[in-house]
Amino acid sequence: MDIDKFKIRADFPFFEKSDLIYVDNAATSQKPRQVIEAVSDYYIEHNANPYRGLYDLSEDATGRYEHARKRVAEFINAREPSEIIFTRNATESLNLLAYSLGEICVNEGDEIIVSIAEHHSNMLPFRMLAKRKGAKVIYLECNKDGSFDIEKFKGLLNEKTRIVSITGMSNVYGNITEVSSIVKLTHEKDAIFILDGAQSVPHSITDVQALDVDFLAFSGHKMLGPMGIGVLYGKKEILERMPPFLQGGEMIEYVTKDEVSYAPLPNKFEAGTVNVGGAIGLAAAIDYIDGIGMNNIVKAEEELTRFAMDEINKNPYVEVIGSDDYRMHNGIITFRIKDVHPHDVSSICASLNIAIRAGHHCAGPLHDYIGISSTNRISLMFYNTEDEVKRVTDALTKIRKLMGFKE
Amino acid sequence: MDTLNSVSRTFYNEILTEHNIHPFNKRDLTDAGFIKRGVNPSCGDDITLKINIDENGIITDGAYIGDGCAISQASCDIMLDLVIGKNKEEALRLKEIFLRMIKDEISDEEEEMLEEAVAFADIRYMPARVKCAVLGWRTLEEILK
Repeated sequence: MDIDKFKIRADFPFFEKSDLIYVDNAATSQKPRQVIEAVSDYYIEHNANPYRGLYDLSEDATGRYEHARKRVAEFINAREPSEIIFTRNATESLNLLAYSLGEICVNEGDEIIVSIAEHHSNMLPFRMLAKRKGAKVIYLECNKDGSFDIEKFKGLLNEKTRIVSITGMSNVYGNITEVSSIVKLTHEKDAIFILDGAQSVPHSITDVQALDVDFLAFSGHKMLGPMGIGVLYGKKEILERMPPFLQGGEMIEYVTKDEVSYAPLPNKFEAGTVNVGGAIGLAAAIDYIDGIGMNNIVKAEEELTRFAMDEINKNPYVEVIGSDDYRMHNGIITFRIKDVHPHDVSSICASLNIAIRAGHHCAGPLHDYIGISSTNRISLMFYNTEDEVKRVTDALTKIRKLMGFKE
Repeated sequence: MDTLNSVSRTFYNEILTEHNIHPFNKRDLTDAGFIKRGVNPSCGDDITLKINIDENGIITDGAYIGDGCAISQASCDIMLDLVIGKNKEEALRLKEIFLRMIKDEISDEEEEMLEEAVAFADIRYMPARVKCAVLGWRTLEEILK
């Protein structure tokens, strides 16, 4: 089914108010009215602190929060809702793992494998863990298109490997990681596999049981949900063995002056008052995505990417980072314009009412690895139109002239 | 709120682009008496400023190497055009006027003193890029003060 762009865009109040061409969706997505209204409806009519109050309003808030957890579990095909921990974002989910999972499985001399293409959020927490435990972070290099060489991965795996944490979709290359064989090899060494789904979950079908990943981290705000709500999925038997990350309210069974017994999953990992409004907003985002169908979203984004790559490739001064094949990009096109600094490209685009990213996209080590200090990035979402893409690629053709190059 | 968009189609005027593509002072000054590196970590602008100052406090020669965005590079190039031949106090005064220009707080006379550096006046509409325009000036100040 083709997406009706006109109908879809009418769902997003942002596009009514603004004529900005927003193609920085890998940074954060815009929000449909259904999400905004779900959040405001909660705060207008149903706001109470869940779990605590012995009155209808609080019980209702608890019910809505737990319903959101159930929707997330269904969305990624978790076995049960208690395997879903709400966090602030993918970054917090990964920090939770580096702390709590690190406590039970990483010791001195152990090794943690991450890829060189990781976002800082899936690299720095594990470097911190390695430092704390006297362990070592090992980097899996990637190919020119962002993919991983399975033989290289095998070469890094050994008896000391305790954790492997890799992105599901690079936020620079846009390629989807072929996870299944990596997971299988990781499990053969009795190590834990973590998937950073910040970029992949909003743009592809995610089935944690089929993938057999031990953990999955993602953010709500990149998939039409509010900022400040994120998810950590984990296999129940591992989550149960892990100590809490944060200590505080509503994560205990009992506390005396000398003793504490922690609450069962998922509350053990959700200390303090939780983000009910955010969780409800995320559930509304999932309902919205399901309403369109992830298959249709993937198809629409692939079509847009094909069009964008075709247009960009007409420009001899643009060098795209990664594969030449549009199907490897999933809406993300990272590039350089010859002899123009990415910040200047981005500023000129801004003056032409186009929002694109410049910098290292929180993947500094990857930029070092490919030998480029910074790049520009267009990241598309299903609500973008070919007309918008054309205006962006037309703007890119003007940039060198505006920068004084005569050709 | 004023935005660059409402002021002009593009901030990148001819003075700026010319100094970026054909910088006059971008070269290595091998016998420099004063060397200082200036970096904007968030955007990767990275310059090394090299100058000579004689016994009377006059900046007799200056050059820079490095890379970064057009704003950082052109601003540094224009700055060197301005300060070479001036004494330390005059150079620091120009830096202070340049910073006030960005806040739109200078007189017509002061504007004339900045010569080509007035090309950066509109940077005030691009707050995220102010640090690029002042990188050279900030680095010079560290040598002079």
